Amino acid sequence: MSAEPLLSLKNIRVTFGGVRALKGVSFEVNPGEVHCLAGENGCGKSTLIKVITGVYKPEEGAEFVFDGKPISGMTPTLAQTLGIQVIWQDLALFSEMSVAENIGFQLAVTGKFGLINKRAIDEAAEKALARLGVSLDIHQPLKELPIAQRQIVAIARALVGEARLVFMDEPTASLTQSEADYLIGIVRNLSASGIAVVFVSHRLAEVLEISHRITVLRDGALVGVYPVEGMTQSRVTELMTGRNFDSAVIAADHDDAPVVLSVRNLTRNGEFVDVSFDLRRGETLGITGLLGAGRTELALTLFGMHKPHSGEILLEGQKVSFGSNRDAIRAGIAYLSEDRLSLGLNQPQSIADNLVMASLDRILSGGLISPTRKADVVSRWISELGVKIGTPDDPIRTLSGGNQQRVAIAKWLAIGPKILILDAPTVGVDVGARAGIFEIVRKLAAEGLSIIIISDEPPEVYFNADRVVHMADGRFQAVYDPRRASLNELESAVYA
Amino acid sequence: MRRLIQGRTTEFTLLAVMVLLCVGLSFGTDRFLTISNAFDVLNVSAVNIIFAVGLLVVLISGGIDISFAVAASVVQYLTVLALTALGGGNWAEGFLVAGIIGIGLGAINAFLVYRLQIISIVATISTFNIFFGLLMFFTKGVSIYNLPDWLSTRVVFYEHEMADGSWVELTLPVVVMILCCAATSFMISRTTTGRKLYAFGDNPEGARRFGINISAMHYISFGWLGLMAGIAGLMQAHYAQEVVPNALYGRELDVLAATVLGGARLGGGKGSVMGCVLGVLLVSITQNGLNLMGVSPFAFKMIVGAIILIAITLSSARFDKLLPDTLKSSARKGGQG
Repeated sequence: MSAEPLLSLKNIRVTFGGVRALKGVSFEVNPGEVHCLAGENGCGKSTLIKVITGVYKPEEGAEFVFDGKPISGMTPTLAQTLGIQVIWQDLALFSEMSVAENIGFQLAVTGKFGLINKRAIDEAAEKALARLGVSLDIHQPLKELPIAQRQIVAIARALVGEARLVFMDEPTASLTQSEADYLIGIVRNLSASGIAVVFVSHRLAEVLEISHRITVLRDGALVGVYPVEGMTQSRVTELMTGRNFDSAVIAADHDDAPVVLSVRNLTRNGEFVDVSFDLRRGETLGITGLLGAGRTELALTLFGMHKPHSGEILLEGQKVSFGSNRDAIRAGIAYLSEDRLSLGLNQPQSIADNLVMASLDRILSGGLISPTRKADVVSRWISELGVKIGTPDDPIRTLSGGNQQRVAIAKWLAIGPKILILDAPTVGVDVGARAGIFEIVRKLAAEGLSIIIISDEPPEVYFNADRVVHMADGRFQAVYDPRRASLNELESAVYA
Repeated sequence: MRRLIQGRTTEFTLLAVMVLLCVGLSFGTDRFLTISNAFDVLNVSAVNIIFAVGLLVVLISGGIDISFAVAASVVQYLTVLALTALGGGNWAEGFLVAGIIGIGLGAINAFLVYRLQIISIVATISTFNIFFGLLMFFTKGVSIYNLPDWLSTRVVFYEHEMADGSWVELTLPVVVMILCCAATSFMISRTTTGRKLYAFGDNPEGARRFGINISAMHYISFGWLGLMAGIAGLMQAHYAQEVVPNALYGRELDVLAATVLGGARLGGGKGSVMGCVLGVLLVSITQNGLNLMGVSPFAFKMIVGAIILIAITLSSARFDKLLPDTLKSSARKGGQG
């Protein structure tokens, strides 16, 4: 490999509205290298990619060198001219167009005299696909291709743009294992032909398989650059999460407390199979596993939104069968949805209106909403959960992710639940505020609320639950007691 | 051959429905299957086809327009008034003035949709009301019967008397329609601008990331429809020999239905000139056939609606959804064997 790096960045700082997104990061890619950019959600990976492609401008003092030439004032157009291409997670392809029209799109919009040369486009598409060692019918409409082949079309399109450095944002997230393996082969071909690839992926096994080096970011700062030799998945995870906050296990016994929820052999075909567990008063159960393990489906069934095909749910010893989630709410089960932005909160509405959404029947007076009761409920929970707001009448979208999540939790606490299910409670919440959310969870549990936390980040449940269940392929695989099992054990089971 | 059909299933289904319809109608009435009747259908459809290819461009770029038909009425009125005031005018000046006014009205829509970020259906329903309201207010609903000579004189490029005494005529609106179709077809399928319009309608965010000028896309698509609406307005005035302020009111929905019938996707990114032409012709042929068969005109709308429903069901290949599952799986097996 050449001694001269293809891309070299130093001291990259970016600030959004007072929040430091990148705190003096440096980043280097060699020609023909496969380089992994690793880090948790919100660590600054996408911001860094957007700086490199000219979408964001870094602050004063940044050094930006591409191919030996210093670059000041990168723009998206300049990035394309230099051969820096990004394959976005959503691919940004045109589904009504043919494969050739997608691959040769750059040629189609820059034709001579404003005219299209169809033959040149077809030839460019054939050439790009041949370079990838793939054969596809280039006249087939893109919408007829499976997602893995669309991925290939996106890569081929980058090649037509004379790519020298390709960023791939979670390229395997929606692929099956064999499709992902195929894609990895393609990435190797690219690298062999001298094109540098920066790979962003959550699948650590894959990252370790193809990368030459790994750059780890955490909270907008550089943790380090590591050669892949001698790296293990758990070491990468450790570097990514840092685990320097909140690393004490809180698990405790609740064997004396009465069982609140009892689930027996619960099955919903195609989603989860034979799930059994008990949840006691004041206990926190963590459920972790990869996307598609059946976690959310189980939660929605407990919350009465789906009907189980077999098995039973017992609430304080009484068998229950929910017709809808209204029944579940009445029975004291609250579910904080996975997708807070679109499902959990009504973004344009006020903080107060969102907060009382689930408990409207408790603030009625003579059949109408009583403003004084509403104000009481709102001010009580705002202060109880320490939500930082201007006035309760501000739209909820003006709050930060962490504060929005507190309001979402308050919304459910206002119904006085017995069981609170938190599905991915820290998605879109930055690292500092996450600790605050879990403090609240701990306080609620201490007050006797039974809690289920669902998360695809094993450390999150390991450090915040009394027991952790690993779920995969719709089954409870094993139960871990954080006081006895190590986090490594849990993670290697989850990422196996 | 397979490649020819691939991606053009809508056009081929429409053609098939049309052939079936023609065969049926030629048995139903002996006047239908004559060359002069075919030219009649073409003459009657010309204005709507010009509208349709203009609307097609807006649909491809992901927008919609309700205001173009009344905009054409505004164009007719203003063009005739302006040229009369200037001493009469001629065809060249007529096309120039009508085109410019049409583009101007289209640009108003583009401004509302792009600059003010109003959804195109809402923006154009508003301009539909504003254009029509202004027109009725200032004209007080009064028609112009006294057109300049050049506009009211029929221009016939070719005529021939058939053995049975009927006439075959190729008139100006048909020739202009053919030119408009050719120009639109060239623009959307041969130029980089056309590719950008398809891309923008297909995946606006993807197009934006490619550095496509979004503002230009709006002005080009609505401007093109404005131009076509202006020309169509002039042709309609010429065809009808008069300018009636509400003559085109309601035409927008007929054209929209025919264009979507022709395979243009309401979400953007898809559609062809051939589809538009077939869509409009299918509706015209149906009406023409019903006319010749002596069906009550009151039944027309109902039958045309039914034909549109049938054709669109067939062409979107959702036909199999109507069948019960058991039939479907056996049909699929049969298809493979």
